Amino acid sequence: MKSRSISLQTFVSCVAVSFLLGSLALAQDLASFEKRTTVKKLDNGLTIVICERPEAPVFSFFTHVDAGSVQDPMGKTGLAHMFEHMAFKGTETIGTRDYPAEKIALAKVEQAYAAYIAERDERVARDQQKLTQLEQAWKDAIAAADKFSAPYTNEFGKIVESEGGEGMNAETNLDETVYFYSFPINRLELWAYLESERFLHPVLRQFYKERNVVIEERRMRTDSNPVGRLIEQFTEEAFAAHPYHRPTIGWISDLNSFSATDAQNFFDKYYVPSNMVVTVVGDVKASEAMPIVEKYFSRIPARPKPDTATTTEPPQNSERRVVLHEQSQPFYLEGYHRPDYRSPDDQIYDAISDLMSNGRTSRLYRALVRDKQIASDSEGFTGYPGNKYPQLFAFYALPIPGHTTQEIADAIHVEIERLKKEDISDDELKMIKTRAKANLIRSLGSNEGLAQELSLYQARYDDWRELFHSVDRIEKVTKADIRRVANETFKADNRTVGIIEFAPPPGAPQGAPMPQGGGQ
Amino acid sequence: MKRAILSYFALLAICGFAVAGTTPLYAQAQPASSTSGQQPWKQIPIPKLPAFHPVQPKRVELPNGMVVFLQEDHELPTIDGTARIRGGERSVPASKAGLTDVYGDVWRTGGTKTQTGDQLDDFLEQRAAKVETGGGGDSTSASFSCLKEDFDDVFRVFVDVLKNPEFRAEKIEISQKGLYDGISRRNDDPGQIAGREAAKLAYGVNSPYARVPEYKTVASITRQDLVEWHGKYVHPNNIILGVVGDFDSAKMEARLREAFASWPKGTPTSDSTAKPDPAAPGYYQIDKTDVNQTNIQMVALGITRKNPDYFAVSVFNEAFGGGFSSRLFGDIRSTKGLAYGVGGGIGSGWDHAGVLRIAMSTKSATTIESIQALDEEISGLAKRPIDDEEIKRAKDSILNSFVFRFDSPEKVLQEKMAYEFYGYPLDFLESFQREIEKVTKEDVARVAAKYLHRDQLSVLVVGNVAEFDKPLSSLGTVTKVDITIPAPPPGLVPEQAEHP
Repeated sequence: MKSRSISLQTFVSCVAVSFLLGSLALAQDLASFEKRTTVKKLDNGLTIVICERPEAPVFSFFTHVDAGSVQDPMGKTGLAHMFEHMAFKGTETIGTRDYPAEKIALAKVEQAYAAYIAERDERVARDQQKLTQLEQAWKDAIAAADKFSAPYTNEFGKIVESEGGEGMNAETNLDETVYFYSFPINRLELWAYLESERFLHPVLRQFYKERNVVIEERRMRTDSNPVGRLIEQFTEEAFAAHPYHRPTIGWISDLNSFSATDAQNFFDKYYVPSNMVVTVVGDVKASEAMPIVEKYFSRIPARPKPDTATTTEPPQNSERRVVLHEQSQPFYLEGYHRPDYRSPDDQIYDAISDLMSNGRTSRLYRALVRDKQIASDSEGFTGYPGNKYPQLFAFYALPIPGHTTQEIADAIHVEIERLKKEDISDDELKMIKTRAKANLIRSLGSNEGLAQELSLYQARYDDWRELFHSVDRIEKVTKADIRRVANETFKADNRTVGIIEFAPPPGAPQGAPMPQGGGQ
Repeated sequence: MKRAILSYFALLAICGFAVAGTTPLYAQAQPASSTSGQQPWKQIPIPKLPAFHPVQPKRVELPNGMVVFLQEDHELPTIDGTARIRGGERSVPASKAGLTDVYGDVWRTGGTKTQTGDQLDDFLEQRAAKVETGGGGDSTSASFSCLKEDFDDVFRVFVDVLKNPEFRAEKIEISQKGLYDGISRRNDDPGQIAGREAAKLAYGVNSPYARVPEYKTVASITRQDLVEWHGKYVHPNNIILGVVGDFDSAKMEARLREAFASWPKGTPTSDSTAKPDPAAPGYYQIDKTDVNQTNIQMVALGITRKNPDYFAVSVFNEAFGGGFSSRLFGDIRSTKGLAYGVGGGIGSGWDHAGVLRIAMSTKSATTIESIQALDEEISGLAKRPIDDEEIKRAKDSILNSFVFRFDSPEKVLQEKMAYEFYGYPLDFLESFQREIEKVTKEDVARVAAKYLHRDQLSVLVVGNVAEFDKPLSSLGTVTKVDITIPAPPPGLVPEQAEHP
């Protein structure tokens, strides 16, 4: 290969050219999206975004609801996620044999459940015999209600799938809840009916069976996974006051307590049109699609926007540590509080994350994996556990056999100190900026990805164009910015540490050596 | 406004509705038409889907045997390419298991004759470009990805990596250490244990489709092994190269001819298709005391896609265990509330049998109950065959979503490259659609009876045995599976200076 003979000068000018073209391409992209993207706020407050991308006769949509597990009521963690599961259970017309009769039966389930829970939670005068009777009455009520829906279990999803729906799913995080799938373009009107109906007439049927499904999800993600267990404890420790300390999946006692009535109340309060952005991307013409989407989504009645004030996390003034002793290999994690996504420094954190973590040129890879050879993987990332509210910038690494979490901590801190004391290089700064643009360009080539991003930026900034502008802001980041933000953020008193240390399983021989990778 | 999207965190911070990666997924055999006679959604007109003829890639065969596919896509100013090279881990002797993992890493990180891997990293990252390599079961690959204006620079690196890798020793060591770490962590997650050990039951412990690298096998891999592998397999007549992006095909073809014309043909290589040696059917148990959920996998050998039953099997899988509308999802998850993740089907491979796998996870105390529920689903197929309504829904689902198999030029390219690689007709996708349309209820009942026999399945249970509702032995003879990781050879892993 010839490139060894390329002089540094050529090398640098190559980069500069590529840089310029990158900027130009981005400006063209924004101009192109301005022409292809239409936003309409309906009278009920719901925002519709339509982006024309006529590459193939299909479309994708994202429904973005600006409510997540941060909005879970006290004692009912996991409720936002639980409602998300219930949004697949059908409506007054989908998934039932006889809704009026089913409605009465579901109300009886709720009455029976409330009576059962009241007795269960009776601290002093709980009557075990009565409790058993109440539990049976609740289960009988469920069986009676199920008779109306059992033959039509999952009918909502069956319609979507048999009509060619692709990738149907939903996600809940601390900040928001999103629903999505893709359809062939001839199903646009069918989709507009189904998706609006889902949030117009949801019926929370088969709630307590689905609650068991969610509890299994908790066992899978958290209880039966050592890193899952660590992250739950770590996050709970890092946020003393703000609801970011909650697990989205919910604490087990809450999961075993909340009711369909609680989920309905959550829906009534937060699933209001002014809290929702619906984005359609694909082979559509806004002039033809908007009237169809508007016709169906306008049916959702306007309701007041909910109060979403939360406790502000107070400044942390001492290091916090969580150490789990597990029969699994070591893991190291640490996080530092940083401001929310509206902070003027937001893109500076993005730049630091890219510098520390992106690829084999990243500082953490080079220091911990390549040079010190103490970790198999190490990254620094922002936006944990969410990014709407003040959050964490965190670092993690997986120590390789024979190396300790303390070595990892020390090595990460060396890299953090470098950020605080030395300017990053010209090449590094250019690399960050070039990559931000290239990554944006690459994200524009799929209906699903665009629907997700346009919804998120429209919801968060009330303007999808921020997707492009945020990259412009990375362009303005300076070396001094990075040093300042590193010094403001990465302080020992502002740190929460989460560690998994190996502990032999119960029954292992006494004095067994530490694992050097061997053993279970 | 970045959010945490790293592998370890994404899964844990976000709770989804369905399990990502659940393989092919109904409910009661009742008419799905419902709702006191009203079905408003059926009143909504569905116009005919406009005719869509996706752009097909141009196929070029160079005189030296290299097959090239060129797919223009002018939406974004990017160009991406992938070279797939015949020969993979299944051709590696068991004593060197993990060879293509190390090779896949160091092929790129080890640099070329004239540039170190680190120099390549710097050069490419300045352009937000990638050149990467990787190992796999039946092939290895080298790929590139760049903005169009950087194509010349990046393509030069790509060709250099393809033809002149240096496999520098210090990068071999880093790769090996990474593999040692993976080995040390492989029993930390119960889902990973279940997937790995179930494959061993289906294919046999020594099958290259199931075996995993060990400290000893990875430690035995030398630079010479990598050099020899490269010399043996990486020849133009062993390569299928696909390029997609914002270019002119004629000019790109000329450019590729110029780059590869002088590359001489190599000696053709034979590919190993190792014979599977499945475990005896029965119950297999792995005790894991730090979990409260049991992973259950029922496995046997599946089929290949060349099997004429593949189309009926695809419809069966969709109806039985392949999605939100499937029987398993409806019965086991939604109706019984026993699982979050449940699904499965008769797996198919391109050129070797896939794994027939029915999998779920459930709380420890409903382990035996869940196995019995799955038993009922399987044996129930004879008494309650997949009915007309289920067949219709499964076929509609496959056919109405068919457009998503070719809704981007890149997907079209990937399909064609796979057909070329495995020797399928390049119009396989079109024939797939016609064959699915022809599948009948009788076909589906026939393939279910032919391939899915409860008494021929190996049932693997990974969980906290002391908390099970009943002992697994209440169902039959149980074989305990030892998953202890063989210790590393002395001196391979440094002693820890201290430990708590």
